[in-house]
Amino acid sequence: MTPMVKAEGVHKSYGAAHILKGIDLEVNNGEVFCLIGPSGSGKSTFLRCINHLEKINSGRLYVDGELVGYRQKGDKLYELKDSEVALQRRDIGMVFQRFNLFPHMTALGNVMEAPIQVKGESKAVARERAERLLARVGLADKAGNYPSQLSGGQQQRVAIARALAMEPKLMLFDEPTSALDPELVGDVLDVMRDLAESGMTMVVVTHEMGFAREVGDSLVFMDGGVVVESGHPRDVLTNPQHDRTKAFLSKVL
Amino acid sequence: MTDKIDKVPAGAPAPAGVPPEAIKAIPVRHYGRWVAGVVVVALLVLLGYAFSQGNVRWATVPEKLFDPTILSGLWHTILISVASMALGLVLGVVFAVMRLSKNPVTSSVAWLYIWIFRGTPVYVQLLIWFSLALIFPVFNIGFYKDEMTDVMTPFLAALLGLGLNEGAYMAEIVRAGIQSVDEGQTEASHALGMSQSKTMRRVVLPQSMRVIIPPTGNEFINMLKTSSLVVAVQYPDLLRAAQDIASTSFAVMEMFFVASIWYLVLTSVFSVGQYYLERHYARGSLRALPPTPWQKIKTNLLSLRSDQSGGAA
Repeated sequence: MTPMVKAEGVHKSYGAAHILKGIDLEVNNGEVFCLIGPSGSGKSTFLRCINHLEKINSGRLYVDGELVGYRQKGDKLYELKDSEVALQRRDIGMVFQRFNLFPHMTALGNVMEAPIQVKGESKAVARERAERLLARVGLADKAGNYPSQLSGGQQQRVAIARALAMEPKLMLFDEPTSALDPELVGDVLDVMRDLAESGMTMVVVTHEMGFAREVGDSLVFMDGGVVVESGHPRDVLTNPQHDRTKAFLSKVL
Repeated sequence: MTDKIDKVPAGAPAPAGVPPEAIKAIPVRHYGRWVAGVVVVALLVLLGYAFSQGNVRWATVPEKLFDPTILSGLWHTILISVASMALGLVLGVVFAVMRLSKNPVTSSVAWLYIWIFRGTPVYVQLLIWFSLALIFPVFNIGFYKDEMTDVMTPFLAALLGLGLNEGAYMAEIVRAGIQSVDEGQTEASHALGMSQSKTMRRVVLPQSMRVIIPPTGNEFINMLKTSSLVVAVQYPDLLRAAQDIASTSFAVMEMFFVASIWYLVLTSVFSVGQYYLERHYARGSLRALPPTPWQKIKTNLLSLRSDQSGGAA
């Protein structure tokens, strides 16, 4: 079976700053894949490379067997057109640290927007699904509210519903709970746990070690743009092999 | 351990039923305010007196306010202002997007347009459009050919002069608005698979409106007044109508007052419209929309009534 995400020697730099220094990893279908590490270790950058929000400088990145952002013919690479990149992104949902909900649309409008604009779905169909998704994240009664009228946790749950509305085969979470008040974190994690149980493939950049241990199937510890250690979350978190991992975990656990 | 702490909490609530004693203090006297007020009123009285002594036939003003010529001029002023503003808006959006595009040719062309049309006086631009026949006597674009003097009517000259000038200003306003929208909005939209143009139309532009509308309202109010320059291209606007009547009735100042009154009415009406437009685009950025003036009046009246009934009971 082709892995959902496959990275081969992925490098990324901004000018002189070398952020990713050769990432190799595989995310299997239906897996919850957690990325942890100190800030600046490149985990968010790597996540953003997966849906081509960032262009990689070398290596190969595949999602569901398909090269991200490029087409390979023989040994030549062709950059994909914007519209082709957009087509690839349809199937990859992304949840941001800062929610990035559309503030001029209601919660329902946020969830309906992409299916209508991108897939050309009818309003009725999109609304029906949006209502179902909002109910699923526990916000059926907030459908008519604007993002500014919602708490951070509620906004993030709307953002998850918005990503799910495109019926993605892969969900990317970029520190989804880092901008939340501690008491609101639980609601968002519950939604993510529910999503994991439904079999969604998820790549999660997180500082929530509890979530990684309970829900994660694989875990990677990154530092300085490389994968330092990987394995099952329980093994890595309770019995880290690498000194760098031990030092990091001793600070966050 | 040294301290013996008094266990009564510091902020103990006062026992119910006894309201806290209100502070009674002699307020600060603002003598400066009184002096300034008297001086300003005195100056206003002097100004009023001066005008009452002036050789003005005040009766002419209300008499000519609804003169058919004036009303026709008023209509033309509204028409050219709205048309020029519409042209300016369209050009503004187009050139703002061009200016922000990654294509160096389109962004340079947009820069050049803004540089020229913002850098030269609108009066000169109007005269150039009006005098175009001097260098291109014949208008010829292949399938259509005519005398330039027939093509470049006063309306077209006024529209091009005002509209192209406005477009340059609007381009800068729209650009500022687009750049004010958070990068994360574009990213979220792209991550959902929305195209560049859909992102612009559905996500970025609607949000930039909140930044674009207030200065645009000012631009429009400016436009209503700047449109008086179209006298230069023989366009029959409000000022021109006032001048026409003035030249035959010799009530020159009176007619300028008539024109000024109408300009004030126009700018006031559009200011109210701007308030509602800004309120509309504040949706989502404010938790609760500010009440409209009408809603304010209604709630004030209601609270007044309930106060009275409460007092009577």
